[in-house]
Amino acid sequence: MSESAISLNTELIKSSASALAAAIAHREISSREVTDAHLDRIEQVDEQVHAFLHVDAEGARAQADAVDAKVAAGDELPPLAGVPVGLKDVFTQRGIPTTAGSRILEGWRPPYDATVTTKLKGSGAVILGKTNMDEFAMGSSTEHSGYGPTRNPWDLDRIPGGSGGGSAAALAAFEAPLTVGTDTGGSIRQPASVTGTVGTKPTYGSVSRFGLIALASSLDQGGPCGRNVADTALLHQALAGHDERDSTSWAGEYPDVVAAAAKRDVKGMKIGLVKELSGEGYQAGVSQRFDEAVKVLTDLGAEVVEVSCPHFDYALAAYYLILPSEASSNLARFDGMRFGLREGDDGNHTVEQVMGLTRDAGFGDEAKRRIILGTYALSSGYYDAYYGQAQKVRTLIAQDFAAAFDQVDVLVSPTAPTTAFKLGEKLDDPVAMYLNDVATIPVNLAGNCAMSLPIGLAPEDGLPVGLQIMAPSFADDRLYNVGGAVESALVDSWGHDLISEVPAL
Amino acid sequence: MSNVDQKVPFTEAVEAFDPLLGFEVHVELSTKSKMFCACPTEFGAEPNTQVCPVCLGLPGSMPVVNQDAIESTIKIGLALNCKIAESSRFARKNYFYPDMPKDYQISQYDEPICYDGYLDVEVPLEDGTKKSVRVEIERVHMEEDTGKLTHAGGATGRIQGADYSIVDYNRAGVPLIEIVTKVVPDTGALAPEVGRAYVTQLRDLVRGLKVSDVRMEQGSLRCDANVSLMPAGTSEWGTRTETKNVNSFKSVEQAIRSEIERQAAVLQSGGKVVQETRHYQETSGTTTSGREKTDAEDYRYFPEPDLVPVEPSAEWIEELRAGLPEAPAKRVARLQEAWGLSDFDMQSVVNAGALDVVEETVAAGVDQAAARKWWLGELARRANEQGVEIDQVGVTPADVAGIVALIDEGKINDKLAREVIDGVASGEGTPAEVVEARGLGVVSDDGPLIEAIDQALADNPDVVEKLREGNMQPVGVIIGAVMKATRGQADAGRARELIIERLG
Ligand SMILES: [Zn+2]
Repeated sequence: MSESAISLNTELIKSSASALAAAIAHREISSREVTDAHLDRIEQVDEQVHAFLHVDAEGARAQADAVDAKVAAGDELPPLAGVPVGLKDVFTQRGIPTTAGSRILEGWRPPYDATVTTKLKGSGAVILGKTNMDEFAMGSSTEHSGYGPTRNPWDLDRIPGGSGGGSAAALAAFEAPLTVGTDTGGSIRQPASVTGTVGTKPTYGSVSRFGLIALASSLDQGGPCGRNVADTALLHQALAGHDERDSTSWAGEYPDVVAAAAKRDVKGMKIGLVKELSGEGYQAGVSQRFDEAVKVLTDLGAEVVEVSCPHFDYALAAYYLILPSEASSNLARFDGMRFGLREGDDGNHTVEQVMGLTRDAGFGDEAKRRIILGTYALSSGYYDAYYGQAQKVRTLIAQDFAAAFDQVDVLVSPTAPTTAFKLGEKLDDPVAMYLNDVATIPVNLAGNCAMSLPIGLAPEDGLPVGLQIMAPSFADDRLYNVGGAVESALVDSWGHDLISEVPAL
Repeated sequence: MSNVDQKVPFTEAVEAFDPLLGFEVHVELSTKSKMFCACPTEFGAEPNTQVCPVCLGLPGSMPVVNQDAIESTIKIGLALNCKIAESSRFARKNYFYPDMPKDYQISQYDEPICYDGYLDVEVPLEDGTKKSVRVEIERVHMEEDTGKLTHAGGATGRIQGADYSIVDYNRAGVPLIEIVTKVVPDTGALAPEVGRAYVTQLRDLVRGLKVSDVRMEQGSLRCDANVSLMPAGTSEWGTRTETKNVNSFKSVEQAIRSEIERQAAVLQSGGKVVQETRHYQETSGTTTSGREKTDAEDYRYFPEPDLVPVEPSAEWIEELRAGLPEAPAKRVARLQEAWGLSDFDMQSVVNAGALDVVEETVAAGVDQAAARKWWLGELARRANEQGVEIDQVGVTPADVAGIVALIDEGKINDKLAREVIDGVASGEGTPAEVVEARGLGVVSDDGPLIEAIDQALADNPDVVEKLREGNMQPVGVIIGAVMKATRGQADAGRARELIIERLG
């Protein structure tokens, strides 16, 4: 590779999705060149980062060529035409290995596309491959992947967050300008926070769950990940929309998040600081950067007030009853009968034994832990005390949000209580791991929307800190307006974007 | 299981105990597509050809409720005088089994779509009268069927001990309606007949709604009969058993009778009835022990998070109510008047299960007396012989109308008509085609007929004399002889005309 080719490639992989889409549309560069640059980058760095479980180079190049043919023909182009995207391995893609990070699905090639996959293809995106994740999206570090952990490009000894660590790390390592994630308790936002990237959990019902391998059906929500707010909005808009194949899909109006990302006007807005999501348990540098971001909002003309959401204190407990309950049922189908792994099929075992051996061999510890928890919580005699009570807490949390949004337009908090921790640090302490999601879980329980965006590096460890913005259901546009404003002010003050500080790999 | 259950004679059993009944009837809806996906539901397709990611439970797939199934269920609920819930939910019933693609069944649990109804059942009594018994309906709810397992090898035909098992998921996800009664008390010695009448009349009602084939022999109507005994004069409910594999209306009656006799014997010998599932054995007319029902069976029900509540609008429900067909009892009264029948004659039609077929035959232009004659006579006899319902003998109302028309046209007589029925029932075609193919037409060429008449007249000179004197009484002797000679193929009317002609 010549020096100029390298610098061109470096430029390409660091470009924003919006810039790439424009350059491809204006024939300044071909999608094939852009795609090859990213495939080369993956080849070069993914051995260290391990953001991808499967790279579909051939399929990606074919998609890129198809876009280039359209460009050459002068056809009208969809919004993400030619832009490479990484897809979390929890979405089905026809003919492409899809594992949800679990050994139990090793080798399974789905016969159908998830709606998200269909939408990506329809928007002209080039799907590079499937990104790594905690097994069945259970975890906050991607260490629970059945295929080995993903590492944080800011420090390869640290976790990239989870469960969508692959999608976040791929962005920070410049392996893809956009990735798709899913957020059940923070799996888009917490990885965004610890990798200095942007991620949104859209309002529940905005992005179809058809083809999303379910962890907890009432909490799961697909969403966009990007390196800046505008790119993330582009992907958000491409993914959102009603789908008849998902009964919980929203059939009403969807806000224009792309326009909102360009608006960046918070003057006169009321912004609430959630009292329960600060203070004890939050790393000093996280709190410091958060306070500065709040100051930025004030300087931009927003009115900031403190609000209390008292039931948020019970969110984690309720979440760890509802999630395992639903998961125990959703994961039942992985029984070795129809797809994926099958153990003990040697003529000497009964069907029950084959199911048991398969599940024992195929599921990791965290999956087993949550299946056992959920099976117990749903058992007759315990249902009311556990699942029933947790659902009541859920209602109370939604009421807290409703009351807060009567007073303010958006709520803010740190996304995660700490910056990225070291691999292995919390692996043996599930509760410590669960506490990572304390600030993100309330939104999943209530169903509304939230975004995480980078607001600087914590002084004590030089690692990224995220700001969480929360808005009412189907007011996702407010996230992008506020997020865009904060991002623009911060980038102006730093003189560059935060991601450019990520160490070279 | 090898020892034969002791029994107490039925009359003795129902003197000592009051039977309590309960029924869980599953009806497979005849919607075009499955309960939660667009796959077709036709019976008898190649295994695993009517499947998709949803009904195979593939990772990531999601159910979507079939609105036609909701409509059918509401119709059944309304016809059973149920209340329709403003909002009802689906739940997951969790258990591992290879015929269950998701390892949970989507069903309704604590919030069924229809509840609190009743069906007034007319139970025929021995003296030809009938007794009305109200069967209260607890709930009608929707669920999905499972796949079908076939076990190869092994002695029992069950999954235990089989060499291998194969699964057909074509049936997985087919809409099922479960109709659950409250306990039916105070039936006494009539309990078996009440059971049969309930299931039969429920079948009639559902069939009238045209939402299911309701064929017991094909499994589109399945009945579990619950029986328990209460010592006479007390109010202590006994332990109940649930009998499955009851595949005909007669079997419902026999299964209840057998269970009453068996439980009475258990109780009278100081034993305890075990709460269990029992299987009805068609050949012996008795029940055998199946799996014991224990409290350990925990389905971990919880609301199905992939579906939103079912909330039919009041307007829609009223629209469906207005479109319901006539209630069976009203219909019987109307037809009785239209046909001008006595109570006794009408009851015969109803008891033979021939109301639909007679009505349809009359609608095809046949006189009601002729329609009843064929359905309650020859065809009822055949149904009885074969142990099937009257509409299952392979002859349709249109066929009967065709046969009656052939008789009226003089092309066949009653005797030949029975042969035509044989042909139609064995699939040889329409009555006209059978007549043609089998060469059954009455002799219409006068040649052979005249020959036979002349022979008969010559053989019976004394009769000829009487006829010549104008006494037509003994003409039957000649006609009989002619019929014999023509092997029944002569048209009796034409023969009579020719006899008079030949006598000059
Ligand atoms: Zn299907």
